[in-house]
Amino acid sequence: MIYLKDIATLQVFPEKCTGCGRCMEVCPHAVFKLENRKVSIVSKDRCMECGACEKNCDFGAIFVKAGVGCAAAVINGIIKGTEPNCDCSGSSGTCC
Amino acid sequence: MKFETLKTSDRRISPLIQVKSSCGCSDPANNTISEKGALTPHYISGYISIGAESIPVVSTKLSARDKWETVKARISSFRMHYSVKPGLYAAGEPDDSSDVIVTSNYKMSFDAVRSSLQGMNVWILVLDTKGINVWCAAGKGTFGTSELLNRLSRVRLGEVVTHKKIIVPQLGAPGIDSGEVRRKSGFSVLYGPVRSEDLKKYIADGYKCNDDMRRVRFDIIDRLILTPIELRQILLKFHYFALFTVIFFGLTPEGIIFRDSIYKGYIFIFAGLLSVFAGAFFTPVFLPFIPFRSFALKGWVAGSAFFAGVLYLTGAAATHNTFLVLSVMVLFPLLSSYLALQFTGATTFTSLSGVKKEIKLAFPVYIAGTALSFIFLVIYKISDWGLI
Repeated sequence: MIYLKDIATLQVFPEKCTGCGRCMEVCPHAVFKLENRKVSIVSKDRCMECGACEKNCDFGAIFVKAGVGCAAAVINGIIKGTEPNCDCSGSSGTCC
Repeated sequence: MKFETLKTSDRRISPLIQVKSSCGCSDPANNTISEKGALTPHYISGYISIGAESIPVVSTKLSARDKWETVKARISSFRMHYSVKPGLYAAGEPDDSSDVIVTSNYKMSFDAVRSSLQGMNVWILVLDTKGINVWCAAGKGTFGTSELLNRLSRVRLGEVVTHKKIIVPQLGAPGIDSGEVRRKSGFSVLYGPVRSEDLKKYIADGYKCNDDMRRVRFDIIDRLILTPIELRQILLKFHYFALFTVIFFGLTPEGIIFRDSIYKGYIFIFAGLLSVFAGAFFTPVFLPFIPFRSFALKGWVAGSAFFAGVLYLTGAAATHNTFLVLSVMVLFPLLSSYLALQFTGATTFTSLSGVKKEIKLAFPVYIAGTALSFIFLVIYKISDWGLI
């Protein structure tokens, strides 16, 4: 299943990539491929912006504005005037 | 039985758990989920001594109670307090060369891991994720670098094993900076498979995953399992809607007539339930088969289809007030849409940017649609009172 087109904030900076393959290991949606010891994006629309690749890239070769793709979290954030957060473990009992 | 509030700051020792045990599953005294007390939890089969420490050994077989609690966690707020104590556990008879598997302290995650380790000798390091599963906790950062570093030093893992590697679930990666973990603790993070059932193969193959083991799935069973919680959360609020319906339809110039509440309001109650079904059950379950990528559109399409179908089959358009029918047709597919949009939080593939865009586009429509529907409803009411 694929979500909205051309919306993910994922970017790769090939000049910084060393081809270690760590991002391919952590990506749950096989967004990357390795070619000539450089990583590139196969399908940006498969990216869910979990941020695993960026967080685990030791070379700063990936950027993504990571977050949870959860409507309740975004609405919570709008109501409270904060960033989207799914910190709803309180009394409401609703959470991911 | 008596319900006594426990005086503790630890929310995991919840008086609710003890109250809930009145479901008849077991004696409340044995039903403490957190292990602060002196009781040994039922999934601990013994202890291993390492120096002065004794490390609990977990059973790798799930008991009937574990399975029943999994069901409860899937359908009720039981899951909010369903956790195990963070720390180091053993499966089998591990020694200083055995692998270390990291997981969260949500009991269902912990159960998934230990039940995948039959016949193996490994250590299980449970992080304190406040009873949340690995992936969600990683998204929040509680399954994160600082908690991992803290837990590694608290259990003195360096004194338990002689090697320098830990197996972290791949879905924990959004919270873990493996470079920082290596620099600060000396332990190298190996990212294991997405599903714990693949752990054995991963280790046997020399810490290697095939492509399938690295991919997240979201098939029809996965989606179906998530719907009871979605439905429950909505139906918990349904009485507000029911109350509004009873008052609005019962309202006459002479006061509230309950006969009218039922004879005229039943259509609204039925429509409410149908839109919940379309948005929070049908749409999630048949997600890939409903047109459009947007969840808001998927929900609206499903809701509209159901309402058009019911209207056609019952011929309600001919027998009911036109403005009432219009009000229903505007409002309830939008409610289905909103509920389908809520399901983004349970999926494995929606992104924050995408959800933000959907909300930005959908909410003005929701507000306008609700207002329009209300106008139709008021016109219906006025004509029902015979004023026009």
